[in-house]
Amino acid sequence: MRRAALSLRLRLVIQLFGIAAVLAIVLYLTVRTVADQAAEATQDGVLGAATLAIAERLQGGEVGVGLDLPYEAFSILGSISADRVFYRIDADGVPLTGYDDLPRPDQGGGEIAASVAPVFYTRPFRDTEVRIAAVGRTVLVARRPVPVMVMVAQTRQGQEAIAARVANRAAALGLGSFALAAALSLLTAGSVLRPINRLAEAVGRRGPNDLRAVDHPTPVELRPLVFSLNGFIARLRGALSRTETFIAEAAHHIRTPLATVRARAEIALRQSRSEPTREALRAVIRAVEESSRSAGQLLDHATVIYRSDRLTEAPVDLAPLIDGVAAGFAPTADLKDLALRVAGTEAPVIVQGDRPLLESALRNLLDNAVKYSPEETAIDLTLARDGGQAVITVADRGRGLSGEGAAQLSERFRRGSNAGDVVGSGLGLTIVSEVAAAHGGLFELDEREGGGTCARFSLPLA
Amino acid sequence: MRAILLALGLSLGLGLGLGLATGGRAAALVVEEERLFPASGPPVATLSVLSTTDTAILGPVIAAFQARNPGVAVRYTVAGSQEVYAAIADEGLPFDLVISSAMDLQMKIANDGLAAPIRSAATETLPDWAHWQDRLHAFAQETVVLIVSRRGLDGLALPQTRRDLIEILRDNPERFRGRIGTYDPRLSGAGYLFATQDTRQSDSYWRLAEVTGGLAPRLYTSSIDMITDLQTGRLILAYNVLGSYAGPRLAEDPDAEVIALQDYTLTLLRTALVPRNAARPDLGAAFLDFLLGPEGRALMRDKAGLPPIDEAALAQAPHLRPMRLDPGLLVFLDRMKRAEFLSEWAATLNRN
Repeated sequence: MRRAALSLRLRLVIQLFGIAAVLAIVLYLTVRTVADQAAEATQDGVLGAATLAIAERLQGGEVGVGLDLPYEAFSILGSISADRVFYRIDADGVPLTGYDDLPRPDQGGGEIAASVAPVFYTRPFRDTEVRIAAVGRTVLVARRPVPVMVMVAQTRQGQEAIAARVANRAAALGLGSFALAAALSLLTAGSVLRPINRLAEAVGRRGPNDLRAVDHPTPVELRPLVFSLNGFIARLRGALSRTETFIAEAAHHIRTPLATVRARAEIALRQSRSEPTREALRAVIRAVEESSRSAGQLLDHATVIYRSDRLTEAPVDLAPLIDGVAAGFAPTADLKDLALRVAGTEAPVIVQGDRPLLESALRNLLDNAVKYSPEETAIDLTLARDGGQAVITVADRGRGLSGEGAAQLSERFRRGSNAGDVVGSGLGLTIVSEVAAAHGGLFELDEREGGGTCARFSLPLA
Repeated sequence: MRAILLALGLSLGLGLGLGLATGGRAAALVVEEERLFPASGPPVATLSVLSTTDTAILGPVIAAFQARNPGVAVRYTVAGSQEVYAAIADEGLPFDLVISSAMDLQMKIANDGLAAPIRSAATETLPDWAHWQDRLHAFAQETVVLIVSRRGLDGLALPQTRRDLIEILRDNPERFRGRIGTYDPRLSGAGYLFATQDTRQSDSYWRLAEVTGGLAPRLYTSSIDMITDLQTGRLILAYNVLGSYAGPRLAEDPDAEVIALQDYTLTLLRTALVPRNAARPDLGAAFLDFLLGPEGRALMRDKAGLPPIDEAALAQAPHLRPMRLDPGLLVFLDRMKRAEFLSEWAATLNRN
């Protein structure tokens, strides 16, 4: 079983969300790191300044190292935050004053040289951890240089408080930017996929028989798809066109030999004197006639199916169309002494439709009426407007419907149960019904009052 | 600014056995006064308070605290500020609350990590300058004043600034000789704190010390003694006396005048902390909360004569300078700095 492909939109949104999340985390970490470093640099600066201020008060002398511990140096350390402060002054490696157990920078290393800038290091001290700044100086005691080291230490609770505050802000910033990016991702996913949706809508909106190439404006990424689609449409159109040609060819190839056979049979009938031969020839002519009609109807039906898939709609005036078809049936009607009465064709009645199809439907309707009408009866062909509809009614005095409706009789190759000796393929009403459907119209069959059938063929007016 | 060259070990003799921050102390706590306030209800627990403040002053506050907490007995131990510091820093005695007016020593206890953090609704109300981290909390602000005897001045104008004071001392040396009192910073922690903070505020302290030194000043270790000697007429004036002691005692005395000098008047913060190794830190914190709460503040003002922390009062009197609770206080506790200061002080005072 093939796994359902993940929705493009979902896939895009998930990936954009992932990118947004990664960027938000990077943002958070960057802000934190930078802020931590800035806070530490600030505190180191103050600590270093205090250490240097103390170192500057170192004085040599005859007896020992002197120191006037500056009040401000310590006071300033408390100004940024209330942190604990420790200090230690060593002269010649021996503690001079302060906290004797404060760790020296060289514990485990060498002596730091006299330096202008303080050295910073972090060490555990007593119950806490401290940041220590150490600076070395050389002081002359009794003309002998004595190395002195000043160490000032400070706890970093203030910095930790700042770091915690910054972390909160950074987290809020990260979450905020993620939310913003997520919202934008949704919009982006929508806008990126909109051309695809629009293309799908445009193709979907087409009628079932619209086989034009897709020329909808599409982004370059969709061109291969549209190109393939158009290639497919072109092949389909070609196949349909070949089918149409085939049907026309087939009809032609069947009808032409049939016409030849009929002509020869009629000549033979005229020349023949033998009654049994003449009888046989008449049967041949009737059969050929019927075959010819069936071939015609098959052709008609195929045409209807083909054309109703790709309806070429144009304004059609029904009045001359009806007159023309009626005129075409006049010779056949005369043979049976049928009166073909046409009414309502004085004024034009315009519908939107496919002229060959409408003509084919009308011809089949009349053909049916003529075929099933007893001799010396009348067929009423009426054109009328009824509301927004053009209604063509064909009423005959034939053998009626014997209870079957238009729906059943319109089934393909279905003939009425009372068709009896009348020849027919059963395709005629199917054609009529399909043409009506293709034009958005309606085809109904009713029993006529006083015997016979009334066929109603209605189409929306243009 | 006096930058002083100090030879190491020069002033060992000046310390007079005051083992300071780093001094080892073998002897046990020397108690001035100890009193047990029994629980008013059935006793549940005992709160141990170590304090520099006399029992008589805080007694009413303790009684009120016990009325609120019937099951609590209070053992109130009074000792000198050095003793109090040593009991916590060196001996690690398990007191539940330590009250001291020696801000510098209290600061050192807190800085060295021996105080527990206390945070409550009451401590949140303290202004920033009245606490350090959440380990040291001030509950009273006391001015350091000049007290004078009108009779002794004999018509001289009351000095309002140190400059006035220096002038009348210079102009009338015979009158003031032997009749000026002040703290001996070598012996008194409070005196040392006031003197060192004076040097931070203004150079006029050293001029005053110079003038005073020529007038054979009497040196004291307690404010009470100076107040008593002023009342008996032995002193005409005493410099750097705790206002909270002088105020109530001299209020009824028409002769004595309590003066908050206008150039600046140091303001001491009386602080409390809960030691890290307290047996009942919850009780210590509860008593601190009571001191900082409305009832405790009212009792301190009305019964104990200690002005509670009041930022508005300071704002109205710009000459009041509260000593800052910050690591700067540690500087004068440094053994070299202390030796240097005391030798300078001694040299100035004994110039002639």
